[in-house]
Amino acid sequence: MAGNSKESIEHHIKIYINVFISLAVLTVVTVAVSYLEVSFIEAFFIAITVATIKGSLVLCYFMHLISERQAIIWLLVTTLVAFLILLFIPLISLTDQVGGW
Amino acid sequence: MSNIPYILEERPDTGLNNSKLGVWIFLASEVMLFGGLFSAYVFLRIAAPEGDFGYWGSKLNVPMATFNTLLLITSSVTMVMSWASLKLEQFDKYKMYLGITILCGLAFLVVKYFEYTSKFDHGIYPSSSTFMGIYFTLTGLHVLHIIGGLLVLIFFWSKQSDKMWNEDKDLLANRIEITGLYWHFVDLVWIFLFPILYLL
Repeated sequence: MAGNSKESIEHHIKIYINVFISLAVLTVVTVAVSYLEVSFIEAFFIAITVATIKGSLVLCYFMHLISERQAIIWLLVTTLVAFLILLFIPLISLTDQVGGW
Repeated sequence: MSNIPYILEERPDTGLNNSKLGVWIFLASEVMLFGGLFSAYVFLRIAAPEGDFGYWGSKLNVPMATFNTLLLITSSVTMVMSWASLKLEQFDKYKMYLGITILCGLAFLVVKYFEYTSKFDHGIYPSSSTFMGIYFTLTGLHVLHIIGGLLVLIFFWSKQSDKMWNEDKDLLANRIEITGLYWHFVDLVWIFLFPILYLL
């Protein structure tokens, strides 16, 4: 993490507290939204969006990714691409009509 | 203490010390581990009879899981505060924040124990349904990660940290930063597990 002076750390502590409050509020929002009468698709996108915002806050501020070196950013971008391939490429099998032919 | 190079100082080519780069590579492999299981969840859900996942998901205890989410978020902020305390050379505060982190982790396990035993008491096991199979797999693997993290945290809360603090302050701060990265990752995984298992 860049900027390890005493002033910088004290500034970061205030950010950590704000992030913590945001995460707690977003957790309550996630639960509250689940009680809304919406379709599964809508509920899914709302839940994943809120979880992604929470995850980004943890990554950027608690894990200091916002001020981290390029080497780690590229490592994570590569991982994200591999994760998306793992998640979505098998979905192609849904179009597999072999059984119905 | 060690002859391994670039433990604290940055390597000129990566701009990082090896400890940090190493733990990020490890975390990348963890993303793929949990990613595979998330992918399995998606496919099982798509293939399940309509309403099946919703029916079994409704048997889970949302208030308990919400409480556990708040516990992990709290433990994450106290973890990063313990590191900040070391940077500010406030060793007593470091011990206090790390102690709270450990207590939150232990409380998470206690809540999870009650959640699991409540399911078993009602005759619900991993074999009861596809949903319960993936639920116990995902949360069980996550619990194992919590236990692993707690063992490391307890080590750094023990007298060993006093010794490290007296011998090499920067080394202890580095170790806590690296441990913190792992602990935040465990929190991150739960942030996604919570809605997909309990709320959808």
